[in-house]
Amino acid sequence: MEWQFFLEVLVGGLLAGVMYSLVALGFVLIYKASGVFNFAQGAMVLFAALSFVSIQAMGVPFWIALLLTLALMVLLGVGIERVVLRPLVNQPPITLFMATIGLSFFLEGLAQMVWGTDVHGLELGIADEPFDVGGVFISKFDLFAAAVGGTLVAALALFFSKTKLGRALRAVADDHQAAMSVGIPLKHIWAIVWGVAGFVALVAGLLWGSRLGVQFALTLVVLKALPVLILGGFTSVPGAIIGGLIIGAGEKLAEVYLGPFVGGGIENWFPYMLALLFLLVRPEGLFGEKHIERV
Amino acid sequence: MKKSAVAVSLALLTVAGVAQAADQFIPIPSYRVGAYASGGAKFYGGMIDYLNYVNLKEGGVGGVRLTYEECETEYKNDRGVECYERLKAKNGGASAFNFMSTGITYATMDRAEKDKIPLMTMGFGRADAQDGRAFKYVFPLITSYWSQATAKVQFLGQRVGGMDKLKGKKIVNLYHGSAYGKETIPVLDAMAKKYGFELQHVEVPAPGTEQQSQWLEIRRARPDFVLLRSWGVMTPAALKSAQKVGFPRENIVANWWGGSEEDAVAAGDAAKGYIAGSFALDGKQFPLIQNIEKTVYGAGKGNLSDKGFIGTVNYNRGVVSGILMVEAIRAAQKKYGAKTLNGDQIRWGMENLNIDAKRQQDLGVTDMFPQVKTSCQNHEGSGYTRFMQWDGKDWKPVSGWIKADTGVTLPLIKASVDKYSQEKSMKLRDCAAEK
Repeated sequence: MEWQFFLEVLVGGLLAGVMYSLVALGFVLIYKASGVFNFAQGAMVLFAALSFVSIQAMGVPFWIALLLTLALMVLLGVGIERVVLRPLVNQPPITLFMATIGLSFFLEGLAQMVWGTDVHGLELGIADEPFDVGGVFISKFDLFAAAVGGTLVAALALFFSKTKLGRALRAVADDHQAAMSVGIPLKHIWAIVWGVAGFVALVAGLLWGSRLGVQFALTLVVLKALPVLILGGFTSVPGAIIGGLIIGAGEKLAEVYLGPFVGGGIENWFPYMLALLFLLVRPEGLFGEKHIERV
Repeated sequence: MKKSAVAVSLALLTVAGVAQAADQFIPIPSYRVGAYASGGAKFYGGMIDYLNYVNLKEGGVGGVRLTYEECETEYKNDRGVECYERLKAKNGGASAFNFMSTGITYATMDRAEKDKIPLMTMGFGRADAQDGRAFKYVFPLITSYWSQATAKVQFLGQRVGGMDKLKGKKIVNLYHGSAYGKETIPVLDAMAKKYGFELQHVEVPAPGTEQQSQWLEIRRARPDFVLLRSWGVMTPAALKSAQKVGFPRENIVANWWGGSEEDAVAAGDAAKGYIAGSFALDGKQFPLIQNIEKTVYGAGKGNLSDKGFIGTVNYNRGVVSGILMVEAIRAAQKKYGAKTLNGDQIRWGMENLNIDAKRQQDLGVTDMFPQVKTSCQNHEGSGYTRFMQWDGKDWKPVSGWIKADTGVTLPLIKASVDKYSQEKSMKLRDCAAEK
């Protein structure tokens, strides 16, 4: 009976971890292309989900609403590149980081101004109900989310490693000036990657919105993605998924088995502690790229 | 240029005209943007609609027009304090503040005491502030957190066929990992001791977006009921997680912070059957709500951008807040005269509220909220809570008004007040001498 419970906690944690990975992926994409931690990722998740449910509320069918929102997110990505990033080419990463902080507040405000502040329910047609596998309850929705996350990671990993554009993205991330000097169109690359990050935000927004309702609190799901990034590495797409699995399983097992000894409620800080412990051994994260700078 | 100068002067005169000597100023520290805007816009919309209704219908209170000014707090403590400071002395002085935020209330409590401006904390904390001897300017009107917690247990007693039947039952208290969430632990412990049920406290780290491990623990513990002390996104996350582990939503009972349409809609089908406490019923069946729609919105002065939200839970809570504020002004005018009154005089009015069945009928709000009778010592004035069940579309009452178990709450309040007065080296008010 107890091993069954252990298994349930473990499986539940792994599946929860995939949900964290979905958000972490958006960060990885931007970081890989620009070397910048995108503070606005949470706001993008909110913007995407809120746009989708609001368009749907106008009577637009699901798939058309999805396509319209995707178009909107790509437009937003291109707009961000044109208005926010392009003037900051070759500026230090901290400048770009500060710009994404401003962008985050702007997007949160814009989303609420355009679509309103109301909370919306979101049903994707997959019930968040359990099915019994030998006494272990597994959520159908979690399995669906895991499948979506896995597909996304596989597609992005292939994109970055096997396509010309993907290699160009990696070159840009390494050095803006060097990439430009060999003819890589930095501006186009950034627009594409922000567009793809918008798509990832839409997927994360739909899955998280379906679980929590589409509301401002969606911006908070990034808190779950941060330890995943620290552990998996900021530049690795597979790292985001492996990091998510470790963090998800780790925090659930810790809450259930260690929590009672320290009064419970450790789920928020334990993943950070776990990630920091990993950093002691691998400062660049599990799959992050090693940087050797000569001075 | 000249024309613009004249226009500006006229505009300034108009603004100044709003704050004449015969006006009563009510600050509105609202939150219409940010994480909690959805509920805040409706709550303060309802409150403003009621103030406008009184102006349109009666020309104000005793001939004194009600004026108001909004200040956006975003539900943030620093912004709330800033709003307090900005509005406290405006337009002849603030009547009273209702921040609808435990955090901002705590942050402004000492200032309000010093400035002699009452804080209306309808339905929330701090619970021991219902003792007006120690908290002269704080009013947890209708029901405090502690009163609600005892009402929740009594509601469960009704569900199982009597309080004696709770003996041996297992109840989980799933609470928000914050000061707010922990506030009812001692009361529930006392209730468990009194009625002999087994109580397990399970903390959800704030903000509560992920609750898988907590609900797996709950599934393992196999409780009869879960008392949910949630806030914001924690509510739909709890309901979805309960669905995921197959826990019946009919056996989850939340406090009023988890009992609005926003909380239920966000959880979709998972919310069906879920129960939450309430101190103000929703719906448009009340004559006052209908009259507000007719009079205020008919005159084009409605505050909501979408009339469809009239009668929602948070809207009606806002109307109740407006009623309590206006009734306090009416009570104070009886003592001090129909003129602009200061915060301390409004405090007296708030301490002498008497909204009985007859008054509720006159106002057109019979049974919308419990009767309220306050005093120098009793700043809560009621202590009743009613329970509602979400049927997938609306909240439906599933209990009558349940009175707080004062046998449990009063000793705890006394102990807390004694500690507070010792810490502050303060002498409690002598209410008998103030009569």
